Amino acid sequence: MNEILMMTLQHLFLSLQGVFWAILAGIPLGWVAYRHESFRSFIFTVSEWLQIFPTLALLALLLFVWGLSDTTLIAALFLYSLLPIVTATHAGLVGISPSIRESALGLGMNPWQFFWRVQLPLSLPHLLSGIRIALVTAVGITTVGVLVGAGGLGKPIWRGIQTQNTPMILSGAVPAAALAICIDWAGQWLEKRSTPWKRDHGQT
Amino acid sequence: MNAGLIFSAFLRHLELCALSVGLGTVTAVSLGIYLYYRPRAAAFWLGVTGALQTIPSLALYGLFLPILGIGLFPAVTALFLYSLTPILRATLVSLKEVDPALTEAARGMGMDRWQILRRVLLPLALPGILSGIRMSTMYIISWATLAAFIGAGGLGDLVLGGIYNYDIRLILAGSLPAVLLAFLCGLAFDRLARRLSIPGAANHE
Repeated sequence: MNEILMMTLQHLFLSLQGVFWAILAGIPLGWVAYRHESFRSFIFTVSEWLQIFPTLALLALLLFVWGLSDTTLIAALFLYSLLPIVTATHAGLVGISPSIRESALGLGMNPWQFFWRVQLPLSLPHLLSGIRIALVTAVGITTVGVLVGAGGLGKPIWRGIQTQNTPMILSGAVPAAALAICIDWAGQWLEKRSTPWKRDHGQT
Repeated sequence: MNAGLIFSAFLRHLELCALSVGLGTVTAVSLGIYLYYRPRAAAFWLGVTGALQTIPSLALYGLFLPILGIGLFPAVTALFLYSLTPILRATLVSLKEVDPALTEAARGMGMDRWQILRRVLLPLALPGILSGIRMSTMYIISWATLAAFIGAGGLGDLVLGGIYNYDIRLILAGSLPAVLLAFLCGLAFDRLARRLSIPGAANHE
């Protein structure tokens, strides 16, 4: 039991690492896509192509770069998480009405303040939903990471499939499924919490 | 490595995807139409298919293995379940987006519910539904490579072989046809959507 818990935590931690780097890179990329029309289609096309590239194949190709290691998996997670985060950032920024922009600038905010205090909080619901989708997907991809030597819950599933050992399969598959569903729920709950103005609106 | 081997893996891949997306389309579109008339049940079913969608594919294969064994059947079952959500969501959204004035007008012209569905709602919602099927298809083509884990064959077999033998040619032989297939399917759906969209109707991007 303890071992399963350890593997689940390891699984979560690996997924979080991949998504973390994607957030760091994805928010600026989403912002660039928003500000510069010419970059937009390029960024979107590249991340869309990455998205349809089969998981197994991407992992296999990265294997030749980083070998059998967690790094290979994290690199793949990073690449897959980019699209949801970039599109979410972009959607969040586009959704902010120009009048808000004008009043913020009229208040004397500089572009940096405007980003931190207006754009980012207002696009937070979109961003959170992008991060949730990325993280749920990442939990799925991490199970396949066993093939490139990464840890996590993929190991017992894979070993169990090969040795036809049902309890072993379940010891990986059930926590992996539960982890994904819990993250999905927690994310949706957070998204609701992140828009208090909408909730108030609903009550009145 | 020979071309025949790649081609037969490709055909098997196509078979996996066509079966699961085909079944998924029939099920999700019918369910979507049904839920359009019963909005209260819609949230529940979207929740169910959404939860299925979040389950990692390797975990789902693992959960099915003791019940369904290995091979084509469990792989198609899992891929079918994954294909549902985008199509169901697209069907519901596009049906709801049809201008109520149009259905009112149709009713005023004396159409019954079935006629309204067949001659007004569905034609107008079709481009939206197609974009859902397109999305499912592209994801399923990518996910079907994982079916190799449970002995269902397909292009994933070549990639797995490449990992075991540390042979990059095998990996490319498995992945490039899959990417190409997804790309071509995407193009085909775009063309189909353009041909089937009704001039003057709300344009679906």
